[in-house]
Amino acid sequence: MTSESGGAGRGAHSGFTLSINDPTVRAVVFQVLIIGAVVLLGWWLVHNTLDNLARRSIATGFGFLEREASFGIGESMIDYHPRDSYGRAFLVGVLNTLKVSVIGIIVATVIGTLVGIARLSSNWLLAKLASLYVEVVRNVPPLLQLFVWYAVITESMPSVREAFNPLPGVFLSQRGIKIPVPESDPVWNWMIVALLVGVAAAIAMTRWARARQARTGQPFPVGLASLGLIFGMPLLTWLVGGAPTAMDVPRVQGFNFVGGATMSPEFFAILFGLSIYTAGFIAEVVRSGIVAVNWGQTEAARSLGLSSGNTLRLVVLPQALRVIVPPLTSQYLNLTKNSSLALAIGYPDLVSIANTTINQTGQSIEGVAMIMGTYLTISLGISLFMNWYNKRIALVER
Amino acid sequence: MTENVQHAGSLPDERPPITVVGPIAWVRNNLFNTWYNALLTISIIWLLYKIIPGLLSWLVINAHGFSAPVQECRADYSGACWSFVSEKLRFILFGTFPYDEQWRPLLTIMIFIGLLAASCDKRFWKPWFLAVWAGGLALVSALMWGGVLGLTYVENSLWGGLPLTIILSVVGLAVAFPMSILLALGRRSNLPGIKAVSVAYIELIRGVPLISLLFMASVMLPLFLPNGVTIDKLVRAQVAFILFAAAYMAEAIRGGLQAIPKGQYEAADGLGLGYWLKMRKIILPQALAIAIPPLVNTFISFFKDTSLVIIIGLYDLLGTAKAALTDPTWRGFYKEAYLFIGLIYWVFCFFMSKYSQWLEKDLNRARRR
Repeated sequence: MTSESGGAGRGAHSGFTLSINDPTVRAVVFQVLIIGAVVLLGWWLVHNTLDNLARRSIATGFGFLEREASFGIGESMIDYHPRDSYGRAFLVGVLNTLKVSVIGIIVATVIGTLVGIARLSSNWLLAKLASLYVEVVRNVPPLLQLFVWYAVITESMPSVREAFNPLPGVFLSQRGIKIPVPESDPVWNWMIVALLVGVAAAIAMTRWARARQARTGQPFPVGLASLGLIFGMPLLTWLVGGAPTAMDVPRVQGFNFVGGATMSPEFFAILFGLSIYTAGFIAEVVRSGIVAVNWGQTEAARSLGLSSGNTLRLVVLPQALRVIVPPLTSQYLNLTKNSSLALAIGYPDLVSIANTTINQTGQSIEGVAMIMGTYLTISLGISLFMNWYNKRIALVER
Repeated sequence: MTENVQHAGSLPDERPPITVVGPIAWVRNNLFNTWYNALLTISIIWLLYKIIPGLLSWLVINAHGFSAPVQECRADYSGACWSFVSEKLRFILFGTFPYDEQWRPLLTIMIFIGLLAASCDKRFWKPWFLAVWAGGLALVSALMWGGVLGLTYVENSLWGGLPLTIILSVVGLAVAFPMSILLALGRRSNLPGIKAVSVAYIELIRGVPLISLLFMASVMLPLFLPNGVTIDKLVRAQVAFILFAAAYMAEAIRGGLQAIPKGQYEAADGLGLGYWLKMRKIILPQALAIAIPPLVNTFISFFKDTSLVIIIGLYDLLGTAKAALTDPTWRGFYKEAYLFIGLIYWVFCFFMSKYSQWLEKDLNRARRR
């Protein structure tokens, strides 16, 4: 190695010759070798695979997606019947994964933020409890935590007939959690529309208020007005729509419940297991983000005459978020990827449905490729969104 | 006058007021300093009062001892049935390893714990310690497989429990480490072809869940290999773990590489060192030292993730615990089982994470000097 680098100096003096000691030539040779090796490895794998597939007479391609799935799925957000195709079954799985990831991210963020702030509390007892939570939750495998949650529901909860009834209409039993839901009425759909309109109006108003404050210096009570718009619009719609109050309350009939909405034991276990596990990590992210903002910043803001709310909103939070967002993104990605653990407790997420499909059809390559492709797309989506957000809040250096 | 001064000087020291030091002051400052903290403290104490006595009575007071027969537990299940743990201890720890030979996995666990503990000491961060590790691994494979030194041969489909968990994570880490260094260097390389290959590999692996890699290893690896070549389940899982660990460790090492000031690279170039010499003698020693805390964190998550092998039908610690629960005589004692293995996982991960935090502080102090 030493003689080679010594030779490089001589090579440079001897004019234009193609020599392995020339850094440019060497760069090209190295890259050709590495890429060649990768391509060769890929070709070897593909060749073996095709050979094996031909031997076992397995057809390749995604044609199987249109065949009849003929297996049932416990819970689904869209209509699904065993007579539907494998493609539709997979779509059900993707939607279930997205459902548990989105709700899990929200729950984990809320718990994690609270615990992270609690760890910095001046209350010794609260801070110690929060530390205990973080240390326990982070150091036990998530799969074990899922099993524990699942066992708590299926083995410790009473049977349907003796269901635990903490609030009127809410039932806890081995079959999961039953809650009353409002009976279907067109007003509910209009309320969702009203909510969206309210959010859009609040955003527009915030922009207008900011422009006006920049122009005239007059502040506008943005927070209160936004709250009014976002909650007032749906409320108004509800009143105008005749204020329907009919509820679909679950009740025991025979050996099972009828009516109401269900949170299955599987969904409960995966949602709470993942949220509580990830919240332990988010708590640490939030804590380090808050600690990272220098105390001098708060003092400076207060001496400028900002109120404590404004200090938090305009000075501390923007700087803390800059530290928090990148590691938070990777926690969100981890939660989404860990939702694949659902397979172990039988929640029909995309991995468990793809697994069933592989077992029934033998299309293992296509199945694994579909799992990987979907997760890569979701991961990419979350990273793009969080990168966009991160860029928006990043330090603008002049 | 002088008398007064002397008198004042000989007065005994006044004790500080009780509201400033001592336990009462501590309680006032840390638990009741504001009205909302007082409220919080009281509600937490009330909550603890509600939870802890019940927990204690289940865990200890009403619990059945390690030798209680199962009928006794069934008759009165108001306390933990610890005899489940003592009855199933050897199955949970060692899986289906032949009963009379189970001192071998026990010795394996002890060798690994000894090696890991020694590796925590910076005095052993020397090249010769790699040879010690290699010797340890050779000894462990002799112990687990047998077939030499008069030990009976045990095929690896019988391995299980804690040794399997430790072997999967330690061997995975050991093989993935050199790969991850190359990948990290590749990602930082200014040769576009090599950089593209490394980035594609790292991002692909990090973008998909470990389960899909385990799936790939268990159902697709047999298709990838030439006809007639078969490898067993354990090796397939190990391959998946190595591929997975290499990508994550490469990112930890890349962080270390990025933390090295440009001047170090330039100084090495100025000395006329070639690429590999520069990396080996100047950059990597510094970068790896920076990367050790994140590497330990990777190892912790990796250790926890080995529990996923249950999905492809291997019996690691979690797998044996679940299998122990399927015994009809002992069905239903899942709290005891999960608590027991949870404690084992927790002890390992907790000490590793404390070590990584201590190490980070220690390395930072050394660098600042």
